[in-house]
Amino acid sequence: MSQENGQKNGPKNGQKNGKEVLVSVNDLKLHFPIMRGVIRRQVGAIKAVDGVSFDIYKGETLGLVGESGCGKSTAGRAILQLLKPTAGEVFFEDRDLTKLGKGDLRRARRHMQMIFQDPQASLNPRLTVGSIISEPLEIHNLGDKNSRKERVQELLRVVGLNPYFISRYPHEFSGGQRQRIGIARALATNPSFIVADEPISALDVSIQAQVVNLLDDLKAELGLTYLFIAHDLSMVRYISDRVAVMYLGKLVELGSRDDVYDRPYHPYTQALLSAIPIPDPDKEARRERIILKGEVPSPANPPTGCRFHTRCQYATEICSQQDPEFRNLGTAVAPHMVACHHAEKFL
Amino acid sequence: MAPLLDVRNLVTRFYTEDGVVYAVNGISYTLDEGESMAIVGESGSGKSVGVMSIIGLIPSPPGKIEAGEVWYTGRDLLKLNQEELRQLRGNEIAMIFQDPMTSLNPVLTVGLQMTESLELHLNMSNAQAKERAVEMLQLVGIPNAADRLEDYPHQFSGGQRQRLMIAMALSCNPSILIADEPTTALDVTIQAQIIELVQKLQKELGMAIIWITHDLGVVAGMVQKLAVMYAGFIVEYGAVDNLYKHTSHPYTMGLLNSIPKVDAKERTRLASIEGLPPDLLMEPKSCPFAPRCTFAVEQCWVENPPLIQVAPAHSAACWRWEAVRSQTTEVGVAA
Repeated sequence: MSQENGQKNGPKNGQKNGKEVLVSVNDLKLHFPIMRGVIRRQVGAIKAVDGVSFDIYKGETLGLVGESGCGKSTAGRAILQLLKPTAGEVFFEDRDLTKLGKGDLRRARRHMQMIFQDPQASLNPRLTVGSIISEPLEIHNLGDKNSRKERVQELLRVVGLNPYFISRYPHEFSGGQRQRIGIARALATNPSFIVADEPISALDVSIQAQVVNLLDDLKAELGLTYLFIAHDLSMVRYISDRVAVMYLGKLVELGSRDDVYDRPYHPYTQALLSAIPIPDPDKEARRERIILKGEVPSPANPPTGCRFHTRCQYATEICSQQDPEFRNLGTAVAPHMVACHHAEKFL
Repeated sequence: MAPLLDVRNLVTRFYTEDGVVYAVNGISYTLDEGESMAIVGESGSGKSVGVMSIIGLIPSPPGKIEAGEVWYTGRDLLKLNQEELRQLRGNEIAMIFQDPMTSLNPVLTVGLQMTESLELHLNMSNAQAKERAVEMLQLVGIPNAADRLEDYPHQFSGGQRQRLMIAMALSCNPSILIADEPTTALDVTIQAQIIELVQKLQKELGMAIIWITHDLGVVAGMVQKLAVMYAGFIVEYGAVDNLYKHTSHPYTMGLLNSIPKVDAKERTRLASIEGLPPDLLMEPKSCPFAPRCTFAVEQCWVENPPLIQVAPAHSAACWRWEAVRSQTTEVGVAA
């Protein structure tokens, strides 16, 4: 029933720009209520995600970057319906996930999984690695006891761990190995779409590259589609096909990796990129940093008009009055979206 | 001229239930007046334990400084008693930490916490201390400084708390500032603000700085000298240009290669360092990096290489440094 509902309302995820759309997010909003007083009256809302729209093409990695508190993790969770969106639509394989009932949603989850930032916190310390990885298989009634065990051993091999580890506990592993276990669990049900929420930021530098290479290999082998959420801009450039930049609950820029990194149109993207540390003393000495003034305003009370205008060196009167439209300054085939009144300045 | 700080063969171990943790295994370095250096390493490399040993911040037991000398203005800091160390800390050598909330008392106002150290170390009166606290808050760029003295730490944002920490650390005019990953918990744009602030203050106040970090990118443009640590050893040490351009230790090379180049045109596969970080419960008898090293030969498994000079202002602890150096110099790690 809900399937039909999903198909009736809103656009289908067909072809777009010659590419197949796997996930389509349409005006997604997630507001956390602020409660006060004895009767817990709602006095306001933290607008963590406030009207975000984008498509994720099949087989691509879409990088979602922004600073802490910009709503990027909340957006990832709202897409997977781990947090119930306040408004908006999320189409996954032609069905609007926000309108699915509990049972349908659980069945749909088989095809979309999540990898979390902190492998220590997301693995149950009382379960063996085998139970952790086979849990999703049990939930979705896939296979019997023996075939599940075989599948777990296969998954351990896929993520580069010894299948012999099946009866060990998470604390017996290092951080990088635990993240591999988290990845194996996400892969267990053969998903087509994975949201990776800062999967490497808790790991040591020398281990980060190992995990990123693994994610890259898995994508090619299994035909996965990633939403890669991170604040490490150089790693996002490395792994992503397209990149979306988020600021205070809204997207400010979205385009191909090279467009966003080589020709950023939004002043916020420009500042972010100029702050990336470069491991080269000469280049570091020569480059000019754009140092933003102040800090990110509270999402409970975002600035009027363009949300970035309080920290923007190019802001004019219109910026504090009118919310800029998220418009395409690229081509129809390769859109480069930006939400800035003055973006033409940077063309 | 004698260096401001001269650390010689420092050895720190922890005696735990699981066994002896070989945290710092004989490190030596010097720091000149007004110089800035960085100690780079991953978690467990001994980079923090190494500097905390210098100023007596190692909990004992289980920690124990087994050997070494730390010369600072004619004194061996390892021979000072608790009272002398307390005088030294804050007054002459100050430290800022990664997470400001662990070093700020949440139930005391910022003003009280700032004036306390001033009254203690510099014998200021309460009014003088307040005036100095306001001055310091203005210096680190906190608006409405006078009013904010009455606020509690939770009323400041993450970036502002780090500014507070810097203000407190600098309030007694230290000659050395130790910054232990002060920007790791911050976003890139705030990180850029804090780095700019510390560099500005260093120019104005002329203190020496030791940055402790895991990020070779962050320190590239801001220090003169670099020490790379692995498994409690300094494996490469020298002027910053030498280390980045003529890398002579395979671990440093691996670290540099595992960072994606943001300005690279071609997308080449990241070169990761295979294997796991070392187990510090084992006494290091051979080269600690050998199990993960692509250059390793038989000698590496038998004998731990000492830190030897490979060029002026550049030393490395590797039996095969010539092979590593020729490769990095030829290809150009950062090119």
